[in-house]
Amino acid sequence: MSVAANSQPDQDDPAVRAAQEERLRAVWSPPSGLFLRWTDTNNNVVGIWYTLTAFGMMLFAGVLALIMRTQLAVPENDLVSASTFNQLFTLHGSMMMFLFAVPMFEAVSVLILPQLLGARDLPFPRLSAFGYWSFLIGGVFVAGSIFFDAAPDGGWFMYPPLSTNSSTAGIGADIWMLGLSFIEVSSIAAAVELIVGVLKCRPPGMRLNLMPLYAWYILVVAVMILFAFPPLIAGDLLFEMERLLDWPFFDAKRGGDPLLWQHLFWIFGHPEVYIIFLPSIGIFAMVIPTFSQRHLLGYPWIVLAAVGTGFLSFGLWVHHMFATGMPNISLGFFSAASEAVAIPTAVQIFVFIATIWAGRVIWSTPMLYGAGSLAIFVIGGLTGVMVAVAPFDWQAHDTYFVVAHLHYVLIGGTLMPLFAGLYYYWPLVTAKKLSDRLGRIAFWMMFVGVNLGFFPMHISGLMGMPRRVYTYSEALGVGTLNLLSTLGAYLFAIGVAVVVVDLCLSPQRQHVPRNPWNAGTLEWLEFAQQENWGVRSVPLIESRYPLWDQPDFVRHVDEGRYFLPDAEEGYRELMITSVLDARPLQVARITGPSVIPMIAAITLGGVFIFTTFHLYWEALASGLTALAVILCWLWTGTGIIPEKAEKHAGLGIMLPLYASGPTSPGWWAMFITMTGDATAFAALIFGYFFFWTVHTDFPPDPLPGLTGPGWYWPMLALALILAGWVLTIAARETNARGKVWFARVALAVAAAANGAGGLAGLAGPWNSGLDPTRHVYPAIVWIMAIWIATHAMLGVIMQLFVLARSLAGRMTPVYDGDVRNITLYEHFLALSALITFLVIGFFPRLA
Amino acid sequence: MICKLHKLAQRLKSSLWMLVVPPTVWALHFLFSYVYTAVRCAKSGSVEAIVDIRTGITVATVVALLLVAASGYVAWTQSRIDGDLRPYQDSTDEDRLHFLAAATLLLAGLSFVAILFTAIPAFIFEDCI
Repeated sequence: MSVAANSQPDQDDPAVRAAQEERLRAVWSPPSGLFLRWTDTNNNVVGIWYTLTAFGMMLFAGVLALIMRTQLAVPENDLVSASTFNQLFTLHGSMMMFLFAVPMFEAVSVLILPQLLGARDLPFPRLSAFGYWSFLIGGVFVAGSIFFDAAPDGGWFMYPPLSTNSSTAGIGADIWMLGLSFIEVSSIAAAVELIVGVLKCRPPGMRLNLMPLYAWYILVVAVMILFAFPPLIAGDLLFEMERLLDWPFFDAKRGGDPLLWQHLFWIFGHPEVYIIFLPSIGIFAMVIPTFSQRHLLGYPWIVLAAVGTGFLSFGLWVHHMFATGMPNISLGFFSAASEAVAIPTAVQIFVFIATIWAGRVIWSTPMLYGAGSLAIFVIGGLTGVMVAVAPFDWQAHDTYFVVAHLHYVLIGGTLMPLFAGLYYYWPLVTAKKLSDRLGRIAFWMMFVGVNLGFFPMHISGLMGMPRRVYTYSEALGVGTLNLLSTLGAYLFAIGVAVVVVDLCLSPQRQHVPRNPWNAGTLEWLEFAQQENWGVRSVPLIESRYPLWDQPDFVRHVDEGRYFLPDAEEGYRELMITSVLDARPLQVARITGPSVIPMIAAITLGGVFIFTTFHLYWEALASGLTALAVILCWLWTGTGIIPEKAEKHAGLGIMLPLYASGPTSPGWWAMFITMTGDATAFAALIFGYFFFWTVHTDFPPDPLPGLTGPGWYWPMLALALILAGWVLTIAARETNARGKVWFARVALAVAAAANGAGGLAGLAGPWNSGLDPTRHVYPAIVWIMAIWIATHAMLGVIMQLFVLARSLAGRMTPVYDGDVRNITLYEHFLALSALITFLVIGFFPRLA
Repeated sequence: MICKLHKLAQRLKSSLWMLVVPPTVWALHFLFSYVYTAVRCAKSGSVEAIVDIRTGITVATVVALLLVAASGYVAWTQSRIDGDLRPYQDSTDEDRLHFLAAATLLLAGLSFVAILFTAIPAFIFEDCI
């Protein structure tokens, strides 16, 4: 690592460099052709599709808001019916959250994270493409429903019992639940990709203390997604079981509880606000140093703010439920956390202000958006401190005061910073600047529009105007305030339209030179007429702002004087480095363009879409096809044994071409995915104990149909699954010692044990005749048993897959990533089986 | 004794896992306060429960604060190994260690305050209603 950057003599020879560039160009060439170009997986292409689609979703949801504001412009208006209005506000909120804000974070991250890290791509490019196609399919499905008068209409939080009752909520509720569940899956895929990207794909030398702050924000937010989205997925599962099969999880008449949904929804819903706020504010951490022409002050303080906010945001969810009648003392805990989160939020704002203060500021258009959005956000933050006080919230709850608060927070904290990012990063993507004049005009229209539109809502809310009403009486006296809000909304929309015009004019403009803002961070190595390969060589980092601080840095990168300047074997390659200190560990080979991610997304989407319309056979067929496609993906695209053990990575170091276990990206991906999965499982367990806490008839008296599964079958199931787990570990160990046949037999027996364990788990409730439609107790026991059985079956598929890999010579004692990854899966399976079967087998005796 | 503890604290390996110890302690304390209160309020009389809740939360708060203080102490000692090299922006082992220690120390401070915040309601409310 200490070798000087110019120690490779051959890089001085232009002919050598040209030959290297030719090989890199060939390896990284994008697919062409009318259809094949859509099979691209490179982050700079998928990121652009992703960003444009999310931007389009924002415009669509914005139009829905304008229709609402037109309806509310005057009292007793009849532009739209109550039913249409319900669909409008539900879809507006759901789309802005699920189809704009979260995907936009993923899109921007996919687009710029590799650049920030001087990497050629993300570690799992096909997973990014899969995430994009899932988002597109799910998004079009949900958004399109409004054209068929079938959009969800239960509010973006879909509270039961109205939304679970098929007489009060039609197919729109299923479209919301299943369409958005599908998108949640793609968000978790993105979280896996981004966490592994930040932790394992940093350039050599970029230790944790040198990481660009945006990458810190991405890391924190991706981890938050892992803990926030799975409870909602678990809630969606319970919700659809109630809607499709009449299992009464939220039906109070049969022991269920609608409040469980509220808990699961808001355990997701509140961190969600910070999930979309933190990455947007993270853009400032990149913009402000550039235009202050100095390093950001207080780097550890920003890390404190990002990590602290990430944690504390999970202690706020009940402040959306202050009016549900929970004990006041419980509300107090959430009120306290809601106030505490103001501390780290304020810290980062003060750090930004201090940096601006200490620097020589250039008041560019991105800075204007940044400053304006901070002002708007602070107003929203202050009303947030007000509604975090429970007695005030009881007065303001479900009024326009809350609408004003949340829009100030989300426009100031998410939308406007994204516009700052748009003006800042547009040259990075297109090599053209947007118009400063149009940008400033748009800014002032938006800034005035937001305040004109939303400030009066504070007052109309305090005067008693409720949310989600399609019209209001003149006698309420809020007509003028509403008219002002409507004017403000239109002004804001015109501002957005000016930005769109600016974007459309961009192709006619002149190219700008590379790094037009004179920024110091690594992403500005790129320039848009760039080659598809990303960076010419993966740099050695010695500073937080290498373009400012490291002499001749750009030239050395461009002349291929750092790592991986060549693609001599004809593969797309990435550097894998260690988590803390970014020491080089491996050269990983990644896969290129493929149609598989798209087909996997289409077939998996089919499962959700067919289920919405109760076409279960078609859904099953689509699911089996998806499974086959994913297995094909794994078989052909992962764990490929390289033709040699190691290669020269540049600067005189040799690195292995294969890694397994915790040094490999695949192991981390499994670990991260299973952490999310375990969170969803924890949400189900929370449900079980929630019912026990709040209902005296849980578990109910052991009448026929309500008698628990006893201990025999659950313990048998547990023993079998634990046997499968031990045998998988044995297979890993014996395989590593070269006893390949022993490992194969162990895998086969492990698969049999896991399969039998899953079935035995189901046999418990089956044999005791538990009827899941009679009461919530049988329903939750069944769902826990089904959860474990499904995971056991997935375990069986993995074990048989690894067995087949071993038989086919694709897994050997040295190249054993597959068996190490599934052992990790088995650890999680064993733990969840242990908890499940102890709870359903023994807890009824204790309760 | 204190000298030995100091040496031990310096030797502990600083990592991302250590960074999240203080906020994780906050999360566990928060979860305990919420769950314990909910169960006690649901399963016993509204006024009787409050004594249990106060005792439980006091114990939990003291334990949590001690843990956070301990992780803060470890971070503080590590941030001073070989002197304080603010602003920790070189690609060296020392700067990486000092940065992680400084960030952990800040998080310990935030978590300490947030834990105290969480404990306050138990001493203000006198019943579960």
